[in-house]
Amino acid sequence: MTPLAGCLLASSMLFAVGLAGALTRRNAILVLVGIELMLNAANLNFVAFWRFGPHSGALTGMVFVLFSIGVAAAEAAVGLALILAVYRHTKTTDLRQLIRRRG
Amino acid sequence: MSAPFLILAAVTLIGACAAMLFRGLVHCALALAVAFAGIGALYLNLGAQFLGLAQLLVYVGAIAVLIVFVVLLTRGGDSDSPPLSPAPRQFTGILVAGAIFAILAWAIFHSFAIHTPGMPVPQATIRQLGVALMESYALPLEVIGLMLTAALIGAVLVAMKEKPGPQ
Repeated sequence: MTPLAGCLLASSMLFAVGLAGALTRRNAILVLVGIELMLNAANLNFVAFWRFGPHSGALTGMVFVLFSIGVAAAEAAVGLALILAVYRHTKTTDLRQLIRRRG
Repeated sequence: MSAPFLILAAVTLIGACAAMLFRGLVHCALALAVAFAGIGALYLNLGAQFLGLAQLLVYVGAIAVLIVFVVLLTRGGDSDSPPLSPAPRQFTGILVAGAIFAILAWAIFHSFAIHTPGMPVPQATIRQLGVALMESYALPLEVIGLMLTAALIGAVLVAMKEKPGPQ
């Protein structure tokens, strides 16, 4: 197995773990954690293609990951703020209870 | 496939699995920090020094700590509701994730890109990265700065305690 295939396989495993967590956990915070893991798997792919790809002098992969980290930080801040606001109204972060109550 | 890469990937995956499987939310957040640190170490292993350190700073230093704060603020650590969905739904979720992993693995092993010969480590000094950010990517950098400012102000506004105004 080439190093590029190893990197891609590791990142797809990370993506699958994040997706399984986001689909099976009941807590809204942990769903957000699963989404963060999937985002990190995508970033790992960018870095792997930058490292092993033919046009590594262009730095495009690295710059894209840098921007992606910035977007992920904003996403986490807004998502956690929304969870806090919802918790203040309903006193729960359990998604099934929230769905049952319909707001 | 070197031994350091395998070890780092194993640490990252174990941390991610632990973050998705633990019952206590604080434990999940700490396992998540381990997974993020593993990904940062993988970046360092791949030769992207600046990205590895940025990953450590942003994810381990900020996002994991933010998640711990929110867990403590929502008292999620001592909730008595079961942490996982009921069994059929859980089975469906794991089935979907496994199917997507199988498709991705099939695509990886059947693509031509993995047969490329090993490249020398590309040179990406912090100076080169800074020049690229300031010259070719100046506009996206400004946009991301604006977006971060707007998102953080929005987050503060959303999470701010509402005043008991006249109803």
